[in-house]
Amino acid sequence: MTSSMKTNRLNWLILIILAAFLLAFPRLFTQPFLQRTMILILLWSVLGLAWNMIGGYAGQVSLGHAIFFGLGAYTSTLILTKWDISPWIGMFGGVVVAVVVSAIIGWPSFRLAGHYFAIATIAAGEIFAVMFRNWRWAGGAVGVYLPIIRGERIANFQFHEAKYGYYYIILAMLAITMLATYLIERSRIGYYLKAIREDPDAARSLGINITRYKLYAIMLSAAFTAIAGTFYAQFVLYISPNTVFALLFSIQMCLVAVLGGTGTLAGPIIGAAILIPMAEYTRVYLAGRAGGLHLVVYGLLIMLISIYQPGGLMGLVRQWQQRWSTRAQRRDAAVAVPAHHRLERSEGSGDVTDGAS
Amino acid sequence: MALLEVQDLTKRFGGLMANQDIDLHVSPGEILGLIGPNGAGKTTFFNCITGFYPPTQGAVHFLDEEITGWSPERVCQAGIARTFQIVKVLRDMTVLENVMVGAFLRYPRTADARRKALEVLGFTELADVRDQISRNLTIADKKRLELARALATEPKLLFLDEAMAGLNPTETNEAVAMVRRLREQGITMVLVEHVMKVIMPLADRVVVLDSGEVIADDVPAKIATNERVIEAYLGEKYRATD
Repeated sequence: MTSSMKTNRLNWLILIILAAFLLAFPRLFTQPFLQRTMILILLWSVLGLAWNMIGGYAGQVSLGHAIFFGLGAYTSTLILTKWDISPWIGMFGGVVVAVVVSAIIGWPSFRLAGHYFAIATIAAGEIFAVMFRNWRWAGGAVGVYLPIIRGERIANFQFHEAKYGYYYIILAMLAITMLATYLIERSRIGYYLKAIREDPDAARSLGINITRYKLYAIMLSAAFTAIAGTFYAQFVLYISPNTVFALLFSIQMCLVAVLGGTGTLAGPIIGAAILIPMAEYTRVYLAGRAGGLHLVVYGLLIMLISIYQPGGLMGLVRQWQQRWSTRAQRRDAAVAVPAHHRLERSEGSGDVTDGAS
Repeated sequence: MALLEVQDLTKRFGGLMANQDIDLHVSPGEILGLIGPNGAGKTTFFNCITGFYPPTQGAVHFLDEEITGWSPERVCQAGIARTFQIVKVLRDMTVLENVMVGAFLRYPRTADARRKALEVLGFTELADVRDQISRNLTIADKKRLELARALATEPKLLFLDEAMAGLNPTETNEAVAMVRRLREQGITMVLVEHVMKVIMPLADRVVVLDSGEVIADDVPAKIATNERVIEAYLGEKYRATD
């Protein structure tokens, strides 16, 4: 008990220090490249956390999340360019469109198990890319340039003099996504999603309507992905089917979460903090010479994670925590009651009984 | 008044008749033993009642409501919980989390579900392993965890599929004591079991399945002397241990 309280306090301390650092970051580091990289890390943290809701907690690996990202980006952008309505309002339009589409894609696809679900989402992603490439009203394959609006105001969702505005907007979005994930993790839906991931039959036998909860998860996931899509459009000020609906986007969302550790709150953020700078630096330093090198790095990472650390980096952290807490428990046990036979037994025989079951 | 009423239940898998015209009822408060040799159709029958298979023919009534062909989740919501022959614990979740998943059915708020889960863990004597990751448990504890998780859904009728298979004698005795305590709580149970020594003193009534058909339905003492049952199944096993 005491050791878990200690780790809890440590977690809060880390969170507070991190929050203070993130709030001060644009004042501490004024180089544009660093600020841009940091904005991308935060953006990908949001995307990783959003993907994690369905891919991590519910264990339904989607490789079509670019659909929701693209729909978020396109909806707010088209609403802005066609009707001159604020992207902040367009953002909610994007959320509605993405949520509806996610339910339409999810409902039939959730009947497919394991790899087939992933394949179905890849196919759905390609359908959207082709559709938008051929949809002339929405800019076709050329894409859409967003109109430049001067005035450095939050209401415009555009900043040209300094990137502070973008930085604090995406930081706030990350905070909201983290809060949502925290609440999901602590409530019935989080427990149910994990149960569905672990064993769908057991989940059903406990009264869980697994299709309905998977739909909740993908709809939540799509909503946050769409918000990030609107941010991306406003940040880059140019979108096209080949960028926002790209399969690579979907893969990177998945990879960020998997690298850091799926089904955890910190995992996707850690994943983004490692992967994005790596991708940016290889892109900048090897530009022209080896353009696709960061893709090679992704490939290697996927292989290494799946072979050596399927739990991601958070899996490593957990292993250390467990080692600490058992050591602490042993100390407590040695002082108080010597009989802790269950603890000893579980350590010794865990893998053996696994095989028998 | 029967709690569960099964009429003419038939389940075919292509040409294979797994369950044929099964008539069976379970009265409130009783422990019904369901036995039969391997392949008799016991687990198929379980799966037809609990919604994992749609029956080919027949009707199932529970508490005056027809539940034939309902999905597993609806059957559970109606008040029938089950365990699995091959244990299905939620491996990467702790013991407490496993039971909370069950408790959430009747207690949507996390704090309430946790309280209910702790109560069930106390009752099933799993309280001191509650923070362990459930994949690390022994087989006996995993089976007990499955039972605890099912109990957390507050069932009126509990189906236990070979809850005592693979347990050593001490663990079996603990499991028998647990079943007796559950009965004192007013929970009606159907036990599928291979271990005859366990089922005979425990059950109020025993139904014997053979090749998908009911061949006997009687009190344990009469089952033990029933000619057809001895022929089909009990022969060597029960007499040898007598």
